[in-house]
Amino acid sequence: MSLRLYVPGDAAAVAVGADEVAAALDAAAAVRNVALDIVRNGSRGVFELETLVEVETAAGRIGYGPIDPGEAPALLDAALLDGGTHPKRIGRPEDLPFLARQTRLTFARCGITDPLSIGDYRRHGGLTGLERAVALGPSAIVEAVTSSGLRGRGGAGFPTGIKLRTVAEAVAPQKYVVCNADEGDSGTFADRMIMEGDPFLLIEGMAIAGLAVGATRGFIYVRSEYPHAIAALERAIPTARAAGLLGRRVGGSERAFDVEVRVGAGAYVCGEETALLESLEGRRGQVRAKPPLPAHQGLFGQPTVINNVLSLAAIPFILAEGADAYCDYGMGRSRGTMPIQLAGNIRNGGLFETAFGVTLGELVEDIGGGARSGRPVKAVQVGGPLGAYFPPTLFDTPFDYEAFAARDGLIGHGGVVVFDDTVDLARQARFAMEFCAIESCGKCTPCRIGSVRGAEVLDRIISGEAVEANIALVEDLCHTLRLGSLCALGGFTPFPVLSALKHFPEDFGAYKMNAAE
Amino acid sequence: MSFVAKIGAIVTFSAWDATRAAAIIEAEAHRDGALLPVLHALSRAFGHVPDEAVPIVASTLNITRAEVHGVLTFYHDFHREPPLPHMLKLCRAEACQARGGEALAAWAQTRLAGCDTVALEAVYCLGLCASGPAALLDGRPVARLDPARLDRLLAEKAR
Repeated sequence: MSLRLYVPGDAAAVAVGADEVAAALDAAAAVRNVALDIVRNGSRGVFELETLVEVETAAGRIGYGPIDPGEAPALLDAALLDGGTHPKRIGRPEDLPFLARQTRLTFARCGITDPLSIGDYRRHGGLTGLERAVALGPSAIVEAVTSSGLRGRGGAGFPTGIKLRTVAEAVAPQKYVVCNADEGDSGTFADRMIMEGDPFLLIEGMAIAGLAVGATRGFIYVRSEYPHAIAALERAIPTARAAGLLGRRVGGSERAFDVEVRVGAGAYVCGEETALLESLEGRRGQVRAKPPLPAHQGLFGQPTVINNVLSLAAIPFILAEGADAYCDYGMGRSRGTMPIQLAGNIRNGGLFETAFGVTLGELVEDIGGGARSGRPVKAVQVGGPLGAYFPPTLFDTPFDYEAFAARDGLIGHGGVVVFDDTVDLARQARFAMEFCAIESCGKCTPCRIGSVRGAEVLDRIISGEAVEANIALVEDLCHTLRLGSLCALGGFTPFPVLSALKHFPEDFGAYKMNAAE
Repeated sequence: MSFVAKIGAIVTFSAWDATRAAAIIEAEAHRDGALLPVLHALSRAFGHVPDEAVPIVASTLNITRAEVHGVLTFYHDFHREPPLPHMLKLCRAEACQARGGEALAAWAQTRLAGCDTVALEAVYCLGLCASGPAALLDGRPVARLDPARLDRLLAEKAR
């Protein structure tokens, strides 16, 4: 019998040496004449412990981490003793407080199964949602997603069930399901982890959406910065076809559905849904005016369901366990769970899926352990480059779409980026404008020109030139960007800029003195 | 080893070959919205999209050269000039900034100034946001970077 080890193939593990660890374990096993079965699982999402090697033992899986390639021989000796002692032995990973405190509905399998084994997927509850969906039929699928309360996880928070219903009711020769996997927000990696660690889940969610609306074709638009996610999907799709998850008779039904991976080309704005559709059609990623909505006229002018990876990946659970099982989690109008991503200068960074309602302070201080540098936390940017910077005085804000909006912020795609007290918020505000200028699609004037002017005016503020007047100018410019831009890139860039001005006036030089007068 | 091992492999690019380019374009042209897949395929083969390819792409896809030019110059990933042998795409986004990314970028800029073997490009987020500063070095993700670790990785490329 061979010894089974798990060495994550997730990009975050590979980036710190997981491939070398796997190779070193192989070599050490050859020397010891031991047969090894190395599974390249997804990541558990506890990145400080990567490379986290797990050993299958009689008492379950035992983890060791973080492991460097040089430690492989000694680790193998420990592993051979049925999960024996080693300085980096962490015990059962699921007992780690960071993992034990989570509610993993979407990430239930990620890090546990072999991502490319359909047998593993099925043994861990996969395909149940599709089977139920086939039995229920289109209108009941739409009803289940609607009553689950699921809202778009890409950032906009639009009810997913309403999108499905609109496309289902449309009459057209061809309908599409498009997965937005252009996860460009800094501080986010949940889409990447699902695509690499549980790709069949996304495919199953798309197949169910296809059945619900009568679409036969799907596209997954993945950003080029995610080569491992692209590779994982390209390998998972043929397996999914062979298993009947895709193809002419999806899940044993009379309906066809298939998906194709398309690769982006480094444009952040293609995460905006209409720019993404333009890009898929082979054009510059320029935003379209709405209406028409993609649900009416989307890809190639046909009715299109376009949703984020996490929205589609939530659907199999909703079908398998029922809408109430999902809706029972959460608060207010934010139902279910959110895979929150703890990033930046944080001690316990990683993927933390939990019900809506957890406060920002619990996430950053309690779960995240504060700044990794050991210095005080000064600011937290939630929701990517278009999200607001919050100071610790707002740490009582619950993770909820409406609660963040009420404080002039947004939860976006669930990224939480922590900064310690060495950060200069004037420079972060300037970066927000600079980023908007670099990534603007150029279609609307406030975004294209306003962002360039914004960066220039912030440069003047930073150098102490007519600070008060220039701050008034920036505020006015933000007003124009917010109301005059076609999409969220120009429209939301004011969030980081204005929040930095409001909560951290001391970083804007003379403004502090002026404000105090 | 699994599929992940292949990604960091060193790729050598071909010199311009019109017949080969035409075959590459033809192989992708059947797709709906084929232009991005075509430009990616040309980039994989030649390391960039040579000007000579533009009219062939346009006539095969039945679009104007202006449309091809527009798309080619819109996206950060497409290059019109031949690449240097190695590429370091260093993340400059907020989560890496919070972990010392800007100091590392300044160091890398100094280190690679005038370097004719390693190109340095900015990239905004690699999804390695709790392990930064991060980069793609010849397409392979690397994280927990500091000047010493980056120096070691670059030295391996110089060999």
